Amino acid sequence: MIPASFAYHAPQSVAEAVSLLEQHGDEAKILAGGHSLLPALKLRLSQPGVLIDISRIGELQGIHVGSSIEIGAGATYAAVAGHAGVRSGCAVLAECVEQIGDIQVRNRGTVGGALAHADPAADLPAVLLALGGSVSAQGPGGSRTIAADDLFVEMLTTALEPNEVVTKVTVPALGKGEGAAYSKLKHPASRYAIVGVAAYVKLAADGSVAAARIAVTGAGPKAERQSAAEAALVGSAGDDAAVAAAAAAAGDDMEYLGDIHASEDYRRAMVKVYTRRAVAAALSRARA
Amino acid sequence: MAYATMIGAKVRRKEDPRLITGSGTYVGDLKLPGMQHVAFVRSPYPHATIGHIDISAALARPGVTAVVPGRDLLDAYEPLPIGSGGEGGTSGSVSRPHSHYAISIDRVRHTGEIVAAVIATSPEVAVDAVADVIVDWQPLPAIVDMEQAASPDAPRLFDSLPSNVDHVWECNVGDVAGAFASADRIVKQRMANQRLAGVSMEGRAVVALPDYTTDGLTVWTSTQAPHLSRGSLAKTLRMHENQIRVIAPEVGGGFGIKIGVYPEDVALAALARIHRIPLRWVETRVEHMLATTHGRAQIAEYEAAVKADGTITALRVRITADIGAYPVAPDIPDLTGKMLVGVYHIPAADVQISCVFTNTTPVAAYRGAGRPEAAYYIERLVDVIAADLGLDPADVRRRNFIPPAAFPYRTVVDTLYDSGEYDRALSKALMISDYAGLRAEQVRRRAAHAAGEPVSLLGIGMATYVEMCGFGPYESASVRVEPTGTVTVMTGISPHGQGTGTTFAQIVADQLGADFEQIIVKHGDTATTPMGQGTMGSRSLAVGGAALVRAVAKVREKASRVAAHLLEAAPDDIVLEAGRYQVRGVPDRHLSLIEIADRAYSDDLPDDIDPGLEAVDFFKPPELIYPFGAHVAVVEIEPDTGQVRVHSYFTVDDCGPRISPVIVAGQVHGGLAQGIAQALFEEVVYDSNGQLLSGSLMDYTIPRADDLPNFTLDKTETPTPHNPLGVKGIGEAATIGSTPAITNAVVDALAHLGVRHLDIPLRSERIWRALQNRKESQ
Repeated sequence: MIPASFAYHAPQSVAEAVSLLEQHGDEAKILAGGHSLLPALKLRLSQPGVLIDISRIGELQGIHVGSSIEIGAGATYAAVAGHAGVRSGCAVLAECVEQIGDIQVRNRGTVGGALAHADPAADLPAVLLALGGSVSAQGPGGSRTIAADDLFVEMLTTALEPNEVVTKVTVPALGKGEGAAYSKLKHPASRYAIVGVAAYVKLAADGSVAAARIAVTGAGPKAERQSAAEAALVGSAGDDAAVAAAAAAAGDDMEYLGDIHASEDYRRAMVKVYTRRAVAAALSRARA
Repeated sequence: MAYATMIGAKVRRKEDPRLITGSGTYVGDLKLPGMQHVAFVRSPYPHATIGHIDISAALARPGVTAVVPGRDLLDAYEPLPIGSGGEGGTSGSVSRPHSHYAISIDRVRHTGEIVAAVIATSPEVAVDAVADVIVDWQPLPAIVDMEQAASPDAPRLFDSLPSNVDHVWECNVGDVAGAFASADRIVKQRMANQRLAGVSMEGRAVVALPDYTTDGLTVWTSTQAPHLSRGSLAKTLRMHENQIRVIAPEVGGGFGIKIGVYPEDVALAALARIHRIPLRWVETRVEHMLATTHGRAQIAEYEAAVKADGTITALRVRITADIGAYPVAPDIPDLTGKMLVGVYHIPAADVQISCVFTNTTPVAAYRGAGRPEAAYYIERLVDVIAADLGLDPADVRRRNFIPPAAFPYRTVVDTLYDSGEYDRALSKALMISDYAGLRAEQVRRRAAHAAGEPVSLLGIGMATYVEMCGFGPYESASVRVEPTGTVTVMTGISPHGQGTGTTFAQIVADQLGADFEQIIVKHGDTATTPMGQGTMGSRSLAVGGAALVRAVAKVREKASRVAAHLLEAAPDDIVLEAGRYQVRGVPDRHLSLIEIADRAYSDDLPDDIDPGLEAVDFFKPPELIYPFGAHVAVVEIEPDTGQVRVHSYFTVDDCGPRISPVIVAGQVHGGLAQGIAQALFEEVVYDSNGQLLSGSLMDYTIPRADDLPNFTLDKTETPTPHNPLGVKGIGEAATIGSTPAITNAVVDALAHLGVRHLDIPLRSERIWRALQNRKESQ
């Protein structure tokens, strides 16, 4: 389990990292927490000539909680999970990251890295989609913001350009009448999601569902919004029948992947089960 | 410290301080001057002819010392020994036709088989150079399915054999036809024991060092059986055993997969001799999944002739056992045959076990090795019988138990059980688990589920197992009281995590009057330990401990003679009491072992007492021994996902008297984890082309702490007459009992929905499908 040899750079700033990306082109890979990249290197599934380690870039650290929550792309899962502002303003995010991997993984793995890697079974993409969050990226031409809905293109592929570095992840701070939850069937071996469903709801003053976003990860090649399930919920009273309708509508227009642990059929059924759980939990929080 | 209480005392493991502080030395920690590193070119195909091997690019890479295809070593060694990976203690034979060389020369028969070795100055360069080697592969049709492997038109692994069947174990005793003809009911069930991987925490590793004093070798290898390894290496390399020193330093787990000599051991030994440099190879986890032997891998068809009251009158059994590509331990499925009837008096059986080759990694010993398969089948079958007859599974078991008065009891498959009291264990397990209360709770949950309430389904499973252990042919121990009265023990067994050194020290403390803290137990070095077999098959205490007791008795006798001289008493009047050698009936005339040792190495001994205070002895077990027990598992199933949670688990294990209860508990805990994992999680999966789909721990599910409940452990104690301690064995017992107990519990949870059997591992999807089928059929 030894990676092929590579050149190593540890830039001190995002600008320097972008310039290294420019310089090395396709040869280069960004190394953040490394918990997806290093296993791939050791298995020689990936053999980049150059690694650009962004873990020492101070401007990628830090978490700021205001009307929205801005998380430096280099913030570790442990930092996010332990952040009081995140826990009170966007509990679903803290709960999502605190069940990823184990303590060692959470001390190294970063939110920016997970989103940029776009593993089809990673937890965070579903949560970012459900929260309507975004990532900020910096490239040679400056910075831009990519909405979660535009970020995940296909398996392991995002809308990021090869010369862009994720700098920040932004999610809303949830207020009164809003609730979000993430519910997951764990892969027994990897503990990634066989199916993970994140749900967000916003209640109107009369208690009906004013807005809903539901996203699924793990089941197919990429994390996806569930518009039919959302439609079943919006305008409803958010009662058991509405939750059941949303669950029934979830997962019908998706591409599925199967493996030795869970077939496509099983994942399709579990999308419905976990949509029901996530939506019910989100509604209950919105009402609290 | 009260010496007399060491046996049976809950002492802390002597091994733990060094292990948990990272101070242990494993093979991979060794750094020898001038040492180079080996990496292997392995087959990506399950079955292929090896054409030209182009080593030029690899050889040109800076740092590469040699690139060695198999043909370059034809003069260096014999083919690998056959059958060295079994439980019974043999270094294997080279007489069978279907062996292969450590580095294969013309054909590969499983993915991961070695076709060339690279020696380089660093592990990095060695791995890089492996990728430079170009092999002209000519793929051959592969056979992966064990049941199809026996068919005449299946691709054949060995041209010299008439089929892929290595051998068939058969037994046909009693009036089977008559029993079936007169049965009230014939109960049939097909069952599978899926293929498992060992996944020891430490993988395999080898360092081979030329030894010019013997014109031989020192080989450090992560093994359970250093002496057997030495024998195999000597045989294979055409050397004498005294030229080879095998050392198993700290070994991080084995579970049976580290018994026999592997191609990598032989290859490194041969290459170190040829190149006259020390060489190291450390297995990667991917190599472990591909090329370290697997376990289980059987499919069984059972038929039972049954009376209406649940009495089993005969069994008809057909088992296919997949032994993989080479006969590393082809006789393990025979042990399934020998344990076929379990704890039951079944007077007639017709059994055939076909052991077949397939283009997969060889299957050899894995925790229980043949016996868990047997226990799983018979314990599942009894539950199926109970379900078919509408009887309580505990009642069907009691109806068929071999009664205590029947021991020693020879089973219909010619296995001689030493002692057992099966109903006592079962009754205790049912009592401590509150079986009646669990059944009442199950009724409540089923009613709630039927009423549409979101409750989990409760399943209660039991298993009453018996297993075979204490394999010979012998074990050894030497005991030396040092001049200051400390004690050094050398044992032929080779613990690799069990903590047997602690157990042995407890025995020595009591039986020699030594200070437990001052006893050092050494093992795993053929240059310093007496000739032994190793640690496998739950034999360490029953056979190795028995040898220790004999050696200790010799030393004690000598100590008594010295004491008699000093105390001016007759040797027969010296007794060891409360850690002191005293004159019988005169408690104030006594000597400590320290005082005796001091004199034993002095020039102040009478002429009729030789100096020194040490002895070596061997123990040859007269018969095999049969631990048993009863387990109760309680599971909860989430109806909408099929996920299983183990709610609670109760064991009553009977391993005879317990020398070291903490170590027994540790063995039970670990055994339960592995047995539960076979029922719920683990499976080596190949696709139909012979490619491994479960090649890493991202796909192969090993159990973790949060998968398991707190265990409730209990015991009965039924000594064996076959060794001086009366001890049986506990290393494999919990694994053997728990796989059927959990499976029975899961099926029990679903029984009211019409589920009669499910194959393991019980992945949530499998259970969900059973529940879906039930819904659809409603």
